[in-house]
Amino acid sequence: MGKNLYQKVWNDHLVGTLSNGQCQIFMALHLIHEVTSPQAFGMLKDKGLSVAYPERTFATVDHIIPTDDQSRPFQDEMADRMISVLAEATEAHGIEFFKPNSGAQGIVHVVGPELGLTQPGMTICCGDSHTSTHGAFGCIAFGIGTSQVRDVLASQTLAMDPLKVRRIEVTGSLGPGVTAKDVTLHIIRTLGVNGGVGYAYEYAGSVIEAMSMEERMTVCNMSIEGGARCGYINPDATTFDYLKDRERCPSGDAFDAAVQRWASYASDQDAEYDDVITIDGSAIEPTVTWGVTPGQAISVLDHVPDPKAVAGLDQELMTDALRYMQLEAGAPIAGTKIDVAFIGSCTNGRVSDFQAVAHAIKGHRVAAGVRAIAVPGSEKVDAEARALGIDRVLTEAGFEWRLPGCSMCLAMNPDKLVGDEVCASSSNRNFIGRQGSSTGRTILMSPIMVAAAAVEGCVADARVVFGLENR
Amino acid sequence: MSPVSQRSGRGVYVAGNDIDTDRIIPARFLKCVTFDELGPALFFDERFDSEGNSKGHILDAPQHAGASILISDVNFGCGSSREHAPQALQKFGIHVVIAETFAEIFQGNCTTLGIPCLKMVGEARQSLARLVGQFPEAELLIDLSAKSLTFANESFEFDMQESSREAFLLGRFDPLDELLVAKDRISDVANRLGGGSHQ
Repeated sequence: MGKNLYQKVWNDHLVGTLSNGQCQIFMALHLIHEVTSPQAFGMLKDKGLSVAYPERTFATVDHIIPTDDQSRPFQDEMADRMISVLAEATEAHGIEFFKPNSGAQGIVHVVGPELGLTQPGMTICCGDSHTSTHGAFGCIAFGIGTSQVRDVLASQTLAMDPLKVRRIEVTGSLGPGVTAKDVTLHIIRTLGVNGGVGYAYEYAGSVIEAMSMEERMTVCNMSIEGGARCGYINPDATTFDYLKDRERCPSGDAFDAAVQRWASYASDQDAEYDDVITIDGSAIEPTVTWGVTPGQAISVLDHVPDPKAVAGLDQELMTDALRYMQLEAGAPIAGTKIDVAFIGSCTNGRVSDFQAVAHAIKGHRVAAGVRAIAVPGSEKVDAEARALGIDRVLTEAGFEWRLPGCSMCLAMNPDKLVGDEVCASSSNRNFIGRQGSSTGRTILMSPIMVAAAAVEGCVADARVVFGLENR
Repeated sequence: MSPVSQRSGRGVYVAGNDIDTDRIIPARFLKCVTFDELGPALFFDERFDSEGNSKGHILDAPQHAGASILISDVNFGCGSSREHAPQALQKFGIHVVIAETFAEIFQGNCTTLGIPCLKMVGEARQSLARLVGQFPEAELLIDLSAKSLTFANESFEFDMQESSREAFLLGRFDPLDELLVAKDRISDVANRLGGGSHQ
């Protein structure tokens, strides 16, 4: 019987078995940032330990960095201190740090792939749950806590239990105006926000195979929102084409040899899975959330669900979610007024995301009263978007084009919702208070759906607003 | 680290499915370089309004003051990987969490910090939650080796991630010392894998 990618990568990085039955797994690549990692250096110091493999850890700043003015010191003293602590720690331990204005800074899950640090067959970890993004390259990639950041710094290994693997085949093909974001929201809506607990997701099928690497990253990014700590896609020609000539990838003959090795990690034809499910990709509509978890999502053509359709605690929680969102059961979700439009984040902050928006929004204007911001995922995304004139198209349409960072995805920097504002957001979480106001409301959707909402001033079908159906 | 086979304390039931780590500790409290001050920030936006006035959250109810065992519902701790969440729970005084299921990253973080995560299915958990509400002053007695819990003369069974339970019973829920023992084997794997992005 053949093996799936998860089993192959796991076995390849297995160091041994621990006394409690867990496996000790080697981490090929470790990424760190300013919010969850600096404390780990303090823990090392307390134990008198050093960093075992500094050449396998890379640092960036993303969560707390302002996107309007990045000159130091930042207005927020603690934010400035957090960056300083990370800079000092990486310097002291010989860890490469992609500083602001280095040309390489950005959101950790945008930076790794674009530099070619992320390569097929790796185990990758980071103190950030959206590390699942890197699974798009055929990696076992997952988020960890700060104590585990410490474990990796000290030993380059983690104590882990193997996951089961669920293969999710998305068949058919996507309709015009339906994107990778709609696919992932649809999967989470179908399997539930805890449907993936205990599993790694293997995404496959014609819809996934046809996706670009940036689209695949969007899908894998949201695995964690479905409860799956990691999600991956088998490496193929699309993966290798993306990696060719990337700064940190092998080149020439070494690249060809690497491709051979990378390809060998792909799941075997006769691989076994703990579960296999099929989703009809042709039936997926542009999808938006109505509630306070990413699984509380519906087609833009649908109506807000009625709590009376469920019972007990579920009914209570659904009623609470609708009250928080100030939505009426049975009302169409299209037409829900928005105050803010946000395009960016590790889910949808890459060049192709902004390119799709620029293509659609040309000749349209952001509605009066809507605050619209576009935040590139990295300095490289920013530079490329500027070179392509994307920033100008968005600015002319009424968006602000900002400097790179996580920004309003989690609002640890000055970009926040105010009061109970509603935000059409290309990010990954619509949790209560997520975007910086304890009463702020988030509606998750694809970048072009955010653009459509920005133009109409309310949730709207991008296919209609931008006439995408006949293209 | 000494072995942990029993824990006891008073309980408090925080109702809700999919309670995410943003709710357990809002992102603005992550602006810190140590975890020391996180206790008071636990569930902050659910406990206090924008002026800092108490909203009368169950964690602040006088009868539950000093409770150390938190009971919740399905998929507790989902979302962000922030260890700040279990750190805030621990600093607030919570030493055991009981739920139907847990998000994996959260559960792993709890284990390393020495907070057992006990899984109890629907009906049993709901009846325990009800009893804890009725007898807030009574102590829960938890036995990890027998996977049983006693409260108000009733006995309940729970489940637990086996490797985590084993780690508590062995007194090695913080795995770092054991990871470091394998130094040579780690170096063998590193050499075998070679290359990669850093070369």
